Amino acid sequence: MAPQRETILRVENIAKYFPITRGIVFQTKIGEVKAVDGVSFDLAKGETVGVVGESGCGKSTLARLIMRLEHPTRGQVFYQDRDIFAMPGSALRRLRRNIQMVMQDPYTSLNPRMTVGDIIGEPFEIHRDVAPRGDRRRKVQELLDYVGLNPEHISRYPHQFSGGQRQRIGIARALALRPKIIVCDEPVSALDVSIQAQVINLLERLQNELGLAYIFIAHDLSVVRHISDRVAVMYLGKVVEIGTEDEIYGRPTHPYTQALLSAVPVPDPTARAHRDVIRLEGDVPSPANPPSGCRFRTRCWKAKPICTEQEPPLTAQQADPHLSACHFAELRHVVA
Amino acid sequence: MTDDPEDRATPGAGAPIAEHRTRTRETIGILLTNRLSAFGLVVMGLLIFTAVFGSMVAPYDPTSVDIPARLSGPSLDHPFGTDNLGRDVFSRVLAGARVSFQVGIVAVGISLTMGVVTGLVAGFYSGAADAVLMRAMDMLFAFPAILLAIAVLAVLGPGITNAMIAIGIVYIPIFARITRASTLVVKEELYVRAARSVGASDLRILRRHILPNILAPIIVQTSLSLAFAILAEAALSFLGLGVQRPTPAWGRMLAEGRDFVNQAPWMGIFPGIAVFVTVLAFNFVGDGLRDALDPKQKSVIESRGRAV
Repeated sequence: MAPQRETILRVENIAKYFPITRGIVFQTKIGEVKAVDGVSFDLAKGETVGVVGESGCGKSTLARLIMRLEHPTRGQVFYQDRDIFAMPGSALRRLRRNIQMVMQDPYTSLNPRMTVGDIIGEPFEIHRDVAPRGDRRRKVQELLDYVGLNPEHISRYPHQFSGGQRQRIGIARALALRPKIIVCDEPVSALDVSIQAQVINLLERLQNELGLAYIFIAHDLSVVRHISDRVAVMYLGKVVEIGTEDEIYGRPTHPYTQALLSAVPVPDPTARAHRDVIRLEGDVPSPANPPSGCRFRTRCWKAKPICTEQEPPLTAQQADPHLSACHFAELRHVVA
Repeated sequence: MTDDPEDRATPGAGAPIAEHRTRTRETIGILLTNRLSAFGLVVMGLLIFTAVFGSMVAPYDPTSVDIPARLSGPSLDHPFGTDNLGRDVFSRVLAGARVSFQVGIVAVGISLTMGVVTGLVAGFYSGAADAVLMRAMDMLFAFPAILLAIAVLAVLGPGITNAMIAIGIVYIPIFARITRASTLVVKEELYVRAARSVGASDLRILRRHILPNILAPIIVQTSLSLAFAILAEAALSFLGLGVQRPTPAWGRMLAEGRDFVNQAPWMGIFPGIAVFVTVLAFNFVGDGLRDALDPKQKSVIESRGRAV
C-alpha cells in the first residue's frame, strides 16, 4: 500500500475535552466529556487512512481538530513537521489551502442562499491569489466538470440538485484550493447505497489523479475497507487498533474490532450460517466518565482484573505485529 | 478506478427542479393566495401611494384654515367633513399618511439596523458579549413600549425626529432577540463550518452565510414592527409628544377631535379609521409573510394550490 512514502500529517497524542458546566452567570465546571483522548497516527502522501467507530466515539471531533476548527486540550497535529496549532495567521491561511474537508451531510453543508458558482468559488474569494478574478468562473466550471457535474449549472441553487450531486459540489469546493489532504467526515453516510458507490469512485479517481491523501471517517466498515490503505478503530475517544486494511479486516486482534467486524451483514446465506457473531452487551459508557483501565472492559467478554487496573498500551502484539491496545490480544477469524 | 459514463450524474435527475421563478416572486405569489394578506398588500399599496402622492390628490391644502366652514359634516365638498378650524379632514388624513409612514420607516430602520447588528454579534460570539448585550436588551424590553418612548422623549424633547428615535430605540430588543435566536441556529450549520475550514473571516461568515439565512423572520418582524411604530407614533402625537402642529398627523387629529366628539365626531373617526386600517394591513401582510417564508408552510400551500 503506502509504506515508505513521505509523511505529510502527523497526529500526536491529541485530546479534546469538552467542559460540562453548571450555572449561567457563575459557571462552574462539573466535569469533562473526553471526546478524543490521546490519539496518534500519521498519514503519508497519497494515502488513505480510514477511521471507524460507533457514534460518539470522537471521530468527528478528531476531524475538526485536524481542520483546526477546535483547539485541543493537549497534543499536536503536524502538517509537514509544523504544529498547526502554533501557526501564525499567514501560515494558517496556507494551511487552509492544503487541508480541506468534505462534510457529512450534503443537505446542510451547502448554503441554500448561494449559487453553486458562489459556493465553489468562495475559496477563491478568500484566497484571492489562487485564481485571478476574471478567471474564477472558468475555474469553477472546470471543477464542476471534474467532479462530473454539468458546468452549465453554475448558477443553480443547491436545492435543485440531488444528494449525490450535492456531495459532488461539496467535493468540488474542497478541491478548489488544490489541497494535499482532504478530511472526509462521513462523506457518504447520508447517501443512498448506489450513490455512495459513485461518490467513493469519484474520491478514488481524484486520489489517483491528484495524489490526494484522505482521512476517511465513517461508521460503515465495508466502505472504509474499500477505500482505505490503513484503518484506525476508535472506541470512546481512543484508537484501540490500527493497521493496514488486511491486518484490521483479516487479522484483527482487539476484541472490539472483532465484535464490530462480526456485526457486518453477510450476504451469502451459507457463509452466514458459519459466521461467528459476537454480541456486545450493554451500551457505550459515557465519555464524561469512562471506565478505568481499558475503556472497553465493561463490554468485553475477556475482561480480567488487570483490565480495570491497567490501561493497555497501543503496541505491537505477539499474535500479529500491527498495533492493538488489549492485554489479551489474540487472532480470531471473524469475516472472510 | 475510473468513472464510467453512467456515473456522470445528470443534474436535475431526481431533484425537484423549482419553477424558474425568483424567490421574491414566489413569496408574493403565496401572499396573494391568502385573502387577508392580499387585502393587506392592496391596502399597503394604496397607503404608500397616498403617502407619496397624497398632496396632489388632496382637494384642499391640509393646513389652510376656513373658519366659516368649521365643523361642517361630511359632504361632497368635504368628504370627511372639516375640523374646528375649517380644515378639510380628508386632506389632513391623506397628509397624515405621509407623516405616519415617514416615522414608521425611519423608526423601524433604526430598530432593524441596531437590533440586527446586536443580535448577530450576541448570537455569533456568545459568551460575555452575548450576556452583556442581551441583558441590556432585556432591560429595554422590560419597560412598557410607550412608557419608554415617553421617557426618551422627555429627555430629548418632543418633536417628529425625536419621536422616530424614541420609537426606534423601543423596538431594538425585538429585532435583537429574533436575530440572535436565528443566528444561534444557523451558526451551527455545516455550511458555516465549511466556510470556516476554507478560512473565511467572521465578517464574511456573518455577511454571506448567516445574514441571508436568517432574513425570513427579520422581514416578517419588519412588517409587524411598521404597524407597531405607526401605532406608537399616533399614540405619542396624541399625547402631544410627537408631531407638532400644524403638521397633520393622525394621532394629533385624534387628540383634537376628542374635544369635539359630540359636535363633530368625524374629526376623530376618520383619522382613527386610518390608523386602524393601516395597522391591520401591516399585520395581515406580516402574518402572510410569516406563512409564505416558512418552508414547511410553503409546501402545504403549494400542494394545496396544485390540488385545486
